[in-house]
Amino acid sequence: MSKIVIVEYGAGNLFSVRVAIERLGYEVVCSADPRVVREADKVIFPGVGQAAAAMRQLRESGMDRVIPELKVPVLGICLGMQLMCAYSEEGDTEGLGIFPMRVKEFGRCSKVPHMGWNGIRRLKSGLFDGVVEGDMVYFVHSYCVPVGEYTIATCDYQMAFSAAIRKDNFWGCQFHPEKSAGVGEKMIENFLKM
Amino acid sequence: MVLAKRIIPCLDVKAGRTVKGVNFENLRDAGDIVELAGRYSEEGADELVFLDITASFDHRGTRLEWVERVARQVRIPFTVGGGISSERDVEALLKKGADKVSVNSSVLKDPGLIDRLAAAFGKQCVVVAVDARRDGEEWRVYSHGGRVATDRELFSWVKEAEERGAGEILFTSMDHDGTHQGFACEATGRVADLVNIPVIASGGAGCPDDFYEALTRGKADAVLAAGVFHFGQIRIPELKCFLKGKGIVVR
Repeated sequence: MSKIVIVEYGAGNLFSVRVAIERLGYEVVCSADPRVVREADKVIFPGVGQAAAAMRQLRESGMDRVIPELKVPVLGICLGMQLMCAYSEEGDTEGLGIFPMRVKEFGRCSKVPHMGWNGIRRLKSGLFDGVVEGDMVYFVHSYCVPVGEYTIATCDYQMAFSAAIRKDNFWGCQFHPEKSAGVGEKMIENFLKM
Repeated sequence: MVLAKRIIPCLDVKAGRTVKGVNFENLRDAGDIVELAGRYSEEGADELVFLDITASFDHRGTRLEWVERVARQVRIPFTVGGGISSERDVEALLKKGADKVSVNSSVLKDPGLIDRLAAAFGKQCVVVAVDARRDGEEWRVYSHGGRVATDRELFSWVKEAEERGAGEILFTSMDHDGTHQGFACEATGRVADLVNIPVIASGGAGCPDDFYEALTRGKADAVLAAGVFHFGQIRIPELKCFLKGKGIVVR
């Protein structure tokens, strides 16, 4: 059985991600140990919290060097996806630089955080097998990744932004698949089968 | 696309069972919480709220157990409220899979707690619940599950809560709660106009049109109800179908 590891680095709640994977019948380990993460077959990189503080924690554990070097499928969720980018306006911090993109703050012209169910479109990845254009998923975020060449799904709030991104073995989703009912569960399953 | 309007079943919890009171009294058993939570999640509820009405008397550990059971069962976000009065309470609940906490009496006593929770966990997980009742020309805020009148007035209190870092306002009209006569749309609309954070309308759901009114005239971002769901008068799939037919964006 493949070894699924959730990266633990003090940024938010891993429990929901863990039980979402367990509901699908997989075993999963949460670990803050770079050696365990290096030996995984699938890595989930979650995160809730503030970007600059989370980056400091990743640097302290050495995880900031481990994650970009992984060759197995890696899925960043929410802040995890944002941290895989080059830079975030949140706390003016550099990220892991896997995606050469800059994370921007939403404007104040509508309610922020963007919180709730919104539709995703322009889906292009095996991650979305069985997911239909316009299906709704659950978002909670105040910063976003603009649409670019690595975008594999978009969402509209104030403007179009990246709901998901992909480069080589790295996937990121801005929404929370673990809280997005059956649609989110499908994506987690698709990822675990990659 | 725009954000979907949310339909939120509320489960009042006493000793791990769901109860629903009429006008905050006469509790009646409405089933096992994890069973109900799972059913609502599968039927298309967008979020769940659990209000632990015995929290102050119960052991905190008991609550953490059922919160964990819920988190294992449901695939949608959920909020836990009732007797939450410190950062430690919140941290424990979030670790067991809760997405948000709802605070009420504790922040009326110590409004600075809103600031502290928002700083520690982010404002997206801080729901400030406000129970109010009409008192002459004013809407008076009550604490302790509607038992104690405070010197706070609804509109200034929700504004202060937002400024301190509330991520959402859950407004319950005690005059409407349990009556099945519709929500307090006018007061809810005023709250929604005042703040720039989501407003959840609560208290008074009786028929699908009440939800439509709360989302349009009441300008609410989400609607919360309990009894009409627990006793099966309104089914979530049919409610969503009804709202969609009237042009409301729902999931």
